[in-house]
Amino acid sequence: MKTRKLKVPPVKAKGERWLLRLYVAGSTIRSLRAIENLQVLCDQYITETYRIEIVDLLKTPTLATGDQIVAVPTLVRRLPPPIKKIIGDLSDTDKVLVGLNITVDKHDPSKGPRLVKE
Amino acid sequence: MAKVTKKQIPSKPLPKSRTGIHGLDEILNGGLPKGRPTLVCGAAGCGKTILAVEFLVRGATEFNEPGVFVSFDERDDELCQNALSMGFDLLTLSSRKKIVLESVRVEPSEIEECGEYDLEGLFIRLGNAIDSIGAKRVVLDTLESLFSGLRNGSVLRAELRRLFEWLKNRGVTAIVTAESGVGTLTRNGIDEYVADCVILLDHRIEDEHSVRRLRVIKYRGTLHGTDEFPFIVGTAGFSVLPLSSLKQDHKASNQRVSTGIPRLDAMLGGEGFFRGTSILLSGCAGAGKSSLAAHFVNAACERGERAFYMASEQSSAEVVRNMRSIGLDLEPWVKQGLLKFYASRPGACGLERHLFALHELVLDFKPQIVVIDAVTNFSAAGNELEVKSMVTRLIDLLKSMETTAMFTSLTSGDGASQQSGVGVSSQVDCWLLLRNIEANGERSRGLYVLKSRGMAHSNQIREFNLTDHGLELLDVYVGPGGMLTGAARFVQETRETQESEERRQRLVRTKLDLEQKAANLAQAIARMQAEFALEKQRVLGETAIVEEQERRVELNRSQMANIRRADVAKGNGHTKERVPRS
Repeated sequence: MKTRKLKVPPVKAKGERWLLRLYVAGSTIRSLRAIENLQVLCDQYITETYRIEIVDLLKTPTLATGDQIVAVPTLVRRLPPPIKKIIGDLSDTDKVLVGLNITVDKHDPSKGPRLVKE
Repeated sequence: MAKVTKKQIPSKPLPKSRTGIHGLDEILNGGLPKGRPTLVCGAAGCGKTILAVEFLVRGATEFNEPGVFVSFDERDDELCQNALSMGFDLLTLSSRKKIVLESVRVEPSEIEECGEYDLEGLFIRLGNAIDSIGAKRVVLDTLESLFSGLRNGSVLRAELRRLFEWLKNRGVTAIVTAESGVGTLTRNGIDEYVADCVILLDHRIEDEHSVRRLRVIKYRGTLHGTDEFPFIVGTAGFSVLPLSSLKQDHKASNQRVSTGIPRLDAMLGGEGFFRGTSILLSGCAGAGKSSLAAHFVNAACERGERAFYMASEQSSAEVVRNMRSIGLDLEPWVKQGLLKFYASRPGACGLERHLFALHELVLDFKPQIVVIDAVTNFSAAGNELEVKSMVTRLIDLLKSMETTAMFTSLTSGDGASQQSGVGVSSQVDCWLLLRNIEANGERSRGLYVLKSRGMAHSNQIREFNLTDHGLELLDVYVGPGGMLTGAARFVQETRETQESEERRQRLVRTKLDLEQKAANLAQAIARMQAEFALEKQRVLGETAIVEEQERRVELNRSQMANIRRADVAKGNGHTKERVPRS
């Protein structure tokens, strides 16, 4: 099947606990804003090792099928499982954290962010 | 801007993209609008996906237009499996790069929305799929699934509007399917954006039978059929049956077809029916409809023509056995492939499916003669209006193929003989009425031609018998008290035979009398002649004696004169005798 060929190459674990892939379409303001928001958010809340992959669908359109991308920008949390998708420019940090299943104790931020076990 | 304006006012009529779906192109007057999206809407299970799949498959296989199928509901393998049941091998087509299957799944559970987004991802995927095979056709099935996956309705609407514009700009002919909502064409109102052509499919249940209907709600810039058209989803895919051809442009053949009964042919202008006409044969139970139809079939097969017999009351084996009892052996024709039976209970499936099956069989077998026995049985599968419309379409199809069609129609026993049961009497060209004539405690069969377009026909009610060598029309017998049939006819005929025998014998007797008289006469004449001869002889004899006596007297007298020497007185007596002999 065609879709099988188009599958995103499997994630090679390089010791990262987090693997986030952000799909964008060209260098639009929205794309750039999403990239920036993601970077800030990861720096602030993800304490473990993480990796961000930016996929520009205008350059590699075939990659859209594998992760079932419909909307852009889409952030896909490939690691840790399960796969989570967040669409939009990631401007609302709280929502993104919910989407990534990260909780922060508002009263005692020193405890740091925790990954909600599912 | 000027360029756009120019594009919007085309000099040629709207270009169409043929769907290749049986009957749909006729309704759409050529096909779907080329290079534009078409909305196909309807409730769940009404056949939207099948229509769309067939549109793509036919495009790829028949019109060399590759297509992209974007499914929002089903996975690729599910879709392939489902399409295979209709005989469409999507897998092979996709490996031959004729069709691209692209399944787009949006799982609300794994998606979080956060901030602005657009559907560029979908556009990119679609564009990529179109470019990969140079697709000319696109199906989006069911686009509205996006509404359940994505929550931002206003973004979605704006993006869908953009999608349709984008499809138009790409110049692909697209089918977009959508579920109909309560009182609206589509649940989320996307019909507002796809407004060039809208087709509504409907699947409803009427009297326990499923009825599928298709209606073209809107088609900008072209004429189209506006009625509700029945359609079928069968093993060969989607099939729309136009109610009737828009035009009545059947050819009219002057060729005649024998009924198989010479004396019935004689009633129909001497030669039988016109080829390609439809004949209604109505009558109550046991009137002999099937037997007459079997004669018709038998005659056709004897001429080497193909005949098709739909038996809704009996199986083909039963028909063959029963017809043998009137001396018709249909089995050889079945074996030679000239006769084909289609035995199906009318209630077994909906009317549309019956009609569809008949369509398929008739188009496949191409018979010259079709018998539907009995058309009234279809009322088990639909109301009168539906049956009428079905028969109309059937007549239409058969006429267009120049097939002579015979419909038998069962009328209820009490007096409804002038009704055909399913209201098709005005559509048929020839109507034979079979009647049971009840009189003097018995029943006999009568037949007459109620109408027969375009030929002089007999107006006599003819009695007929079903004998072991076929259906036999009897001579017309009209007695003093009206037409006599059955035993009354027999009695009358016997009486007449007797009378005529008596007359004949009387004549013979008279002749004998005359001969006797003649003989008597001859005898009498002979006797009288004999008597006469005798008399004559007697008279002649007496004459001779008298003459002899007279001669003697004369002689004596002359002797006396000689003796007395008397002279002979002049002028007295016989001079001859006066001369003495000696």
